Amino acid sequence: MSDPIERLHVSGSVHVSESGHAFNAVRGEQKMPVRLQVNGERIEREVLVRQHLVDFLREDLGLTGSHLGCEHGVCGACSVLVDGELVRGCLMLAVQAQGKQVQTIEALSDSGELAILQQAFLEHNAMQCGFCTPGMLLTARALMQEVHAPSRERIREYISGNYCRCTGYQAIVDAIETAIKRRHALEALHALGQQKVSNTGEPEGASV
Amino acid sequence: MNARSELPGLIDHSKTTNGYIGQSTPRTGAKKLLQGRGTYLDDLRLPRLAHVVFFRSPHAHARIKSLKLDRARQQAGVIAVFNGQDIAAFCTPWVGVLGHLKGIKSAPQHAVAVDRVCWQGEAVAAVVAESRRQAEDALESIEADWELLPVVSDMRQALEGKTLVHPDLGDNICFHRELKTEGFDAAWAAADVVVEKTYRFGRHTGVCNEPRAILADYNPADHSLTVYHATQAPNMMQDIFSRHLDIPESNIRVICKDVGGSFGIKVHVYADEMATAALSVMLRRPVKFQADRAESFLTDIHAREHEATIRLACKRNGEILAFDLEDLTAIGPYSVYPRTSGIEGNQVVNLTGGPYRHQQYRAKLDVVFTNKNVTCQYRAVGHPIAVALTEGIVDEAARVLGMDPAALRRINLIPDDHYPYSFPSGIKFEKLSHHQSLDRLLALMNYQDLRAEQASLLEKGVYRGIGLAAMIEVTNPSPAFYGVGGARISAQDGATLRLDPAGMVQVLVSVTEQGQGTEAVFTQIAATAVGVSIDKVRVITGDTAVTPYGGGTWASRGAGIGGEAVLQAGKALRSNILDIAAAILQQDKASLDVRDNAVVSKLSGELKLELAELGRVAYFRPDTLPMGFQSELTVTRHYTPREYGFTFTNGIQASYVEVDIDTGFVKLLKHWCVEDCGTVINPMLVDEQIRGGIVQGIGGAMLEECLYTEDAQLLNGSLADYLVPMSAEMPDIVVDHVQTPTRSSELGAKGAGEAGTAGAPAAVMNAINDALASLGANVSTQPFTPERVLQALGKVA
Repeated sequence: MSDPIERLHVSGSVHVSESGHAFNAVRGEQKMPVRLQVNGERIEREVLVRQHLVDFLREDLGLTGSHLGCEHGVCGACSVLVDGELVRGCLMLAVQAQGKQVQTIEALSDSGELAILQQAFLEHNAMQCGFCTPGMLLTARALMQEVHAPSRERIREYISGNYCRCTGYQAIVDAIETAIKRRHALEALHALGQQKVSNTGEPEGASV
Repeated sequence: MNARSELPGLIDHSKTTNGYIGQSTPRTGAKKLLQGRGTYLDDLRLPRLAHVVFFRSPHAHARIKSLKLDRARQQAGVIAVFNGQDIAAFCTPWVGVLGHLKGIKSAPQHAVAVDRVCWQGEAVAAVVAESRRQAEDALESIEADWELLPVVSDMRQALEGKTLVHPDLGDNICFHRELKTEGFDAAWAAADVVVEKTYRFGRHTGVCNEPRAILADYNPADHSLTVYHATQAPNMMQDIFSRHLDIPESNIRVICKDVGGSFGIKVHVYADEMATAALSVMLRRPVKFQADRAESFLTDIHAREHEATIRLACKRNGEILAFDLEDLTAIGPYSVYPRTSGIEGNQVVNLTGGPYRHQQYRAKLDVVFTNKNVTCQYRAVGHPIAVALTEGIVDEAARVLGMDPAALRRINLIPDDHYPYSFPSGIKFEKLSHHQSLDRLLALMNYQDLRAEQASLLEKGVYRGIGLAAMIEVTNPSPAFYGVGGARISAQDGATLRLDPAGMVQVLVSVTEQGQGTEAVFTQIAATAVGVSIDKVRVITGDTAVTPYGGGTWASRGAGIGGEAVLQAGKALRSNILDIAAAILQQDKASLDVRDNAVVSKLSGELKLELAELGRVAYFRPDTLPMGFQSELTVTRHYTPREYGFTFTNGIQASYVEVDIDTGFVKLLKHWCVEDCGTVINPMLVDEQIRGGIVQGIGGAMLEECLYTEDAQLLNGSLADYLVPMSAEMPDIVVDHVQTPTRSSELGAKGAGEAGTAGAPAAVMNAINDALASLGANVSTQPFTPERVLQALGKVA
């Protein structure tokens, strides 16, 4: 899908030219081969050089869990992980993913990596229509990796690149706080287990 | 790969509880959304699916002199390109008027413009291709020649009528209404104090995260049309596709999969969506239209462009005697079909002054056409305007009288024991709880302490303000809203409940789900009514071929109307289950009950028969039942609110802000809301509806505005330029409830979905003006941007 920005002047005013199109965009009919890993699977495809990563994931691979909200990098609904980094799927071309590992909401759900967050989101009703939710979860995951004990303000700031029209954000902030607390509790339990292992040789609690 | 034991279907959820109503149970059905496994419209894949994009007008008002489509037809992947006349042969035009809005008028609107365009973004040609990419590429090959026509962009200019949007209509007035109570003049003359102020409200729009989308699939073999549609009102759309495409209603099936937010945006008839349905018929294959964000800004309904002057007359002791309102609102070139664009202004007239006990009222409303995008019903329809006007002027009166705003409200709010109550605009309240709500709010926010904090900070040069906003809200509308005006929009809703052989309950409801948790509350009601645990209940909504007929989701009606239908169907099913149990057990029905997924002895609770066993007998071994006995394990019930035109709710909000008088930035420190939506079915879901609604209201008050040039060109059609609330700037919101169940239904639930949006802008405005009061400054034009705050302070021109 073409970027709606193509039909806007970035400076502000919406211009649809006399011919109905503002830019005589370079035709991206050229294709390139890409090899990458998506959710652990090796993928080889010929892709249009102008195709965005999220369109490739949705249209070519049927991974529809990443959503298109704005197609200009503001709403965050298309967030995916590329080599572990949080990326907007609408701001990266599929060919730029050459040789990289891409992970989407589907695989991150199946692996259990998001389970603590998903459970907290469910308990706090931190999603309504669910359209922003995959991107929000991936962003929250990145926050949890980056900051050990973020304040409420830090959480609000960190997710402020993800647009949610339904919740008003508070439940999402609450859910992320809950998930962080639970992870800390698990880590503490785990540390305790490690300690016991070293004291007694018995792996008590370590299975948590 | 998951181990088999980890598959979610095998996890035991058999914890059984009776009485889920009032419990914050997590939303059933939300897990798929949390895993990205929902199905939004753009996720659907059909064989031979074609994609349509639209060539849209760059001008706000122009005649199409020529439109050259041939070159576009030659482009790679293009299946067909059509102009307005081509499509008009398959889709008749419509006029958005209603019989009960006396004198309302509009012009016929086509699916794709014929001869003339009336706003920038109106579709002029449709390009259908094998992929959306190819269709968008082909747009470049369309050549249009225009004759520019004079543009009406300003609503005062529209009202004067020197230039007409539709010359055939004779003027630019879509709808005009006046009312005046008999004792108005006398009350006005008796006033000690009159305060007056003019307020302006910027146009804004819904910005659903999922833009509008439709996939129409025509089958010529049986002349049937299946429409997958991100809509709030599937039966309404079924009727409209039927009438405008000339296909029997029963041959049309409208299916709503997951919808990425609606807020009223997705309850209207959109020309490009009608064109998509027509194209599917014309091309005899499935056709999809998925709006992008720029198209959303240009063509999703906008709302709330108003300029209103409000006057309040009161005695020196604070007793309000009368309100006087003049409202002018501009709706774009067409009254939107089929709900009309007269409703928002009409609501402002109906609701202004709503919480108060005055008996005299005068109002004048003009709804005018312009050459901007259309406006229509968006979350809280008219309420944010009416509440801001009312509460803004009440605060002005408090300042003039030197009274505390909470004290002035306490004097004037309709007493809690004065119901039922007739309001001067003609509306009736069954039972409201303004005073209980005010008391609860003031306690919740520690009002006196907050006032003290505000005063001490002011001495240090910190400008903080507290704003209150009492409100009433239209919910559970009766047929008086649309049906009496001739719109084929159902005021009743239905629920079908079926006990399946394995003891599970299937629930089919005509109300739809857009993320509010509609299906979750129906699960709770059905489980409670039948006597099963919620894990035994499955809810299906959003399919006209499957569910009972009904209105859908709008005007805060889902839980109150659909929920009552579920409750009544559930009670009937429970009774039928007991008939079968009595026959199997050869016991008196009255001695039995259904609890925890089983038939039990009513008195002792002793287990008599699991529902799965009852189901087995009823479906597979009915030969063992008495001759002549027929089990009925599927029941349908409907509900229509009749007694009152609307089941009004009430509530009150408060906002606490800090204004930086050097930059004009407003920091939202905290927000409170006490709301009375009657029976609360799921407190967590209601609270989140309120919170989300408040933030949506704050968006309109602080950030959001569709900006147009003088020649009606949209300036900010992207999310980079049109600001929406993001998490960092939003406050934490404290929500509490008073529960006054409506007696018009057994469930007692009123609506909750719009209350937050209704009151938030007024609360924030009053808080800002409270902060600025000591400087003699005042804002009255929404959104309250830093620039407007600085203008109010006289710091910028």
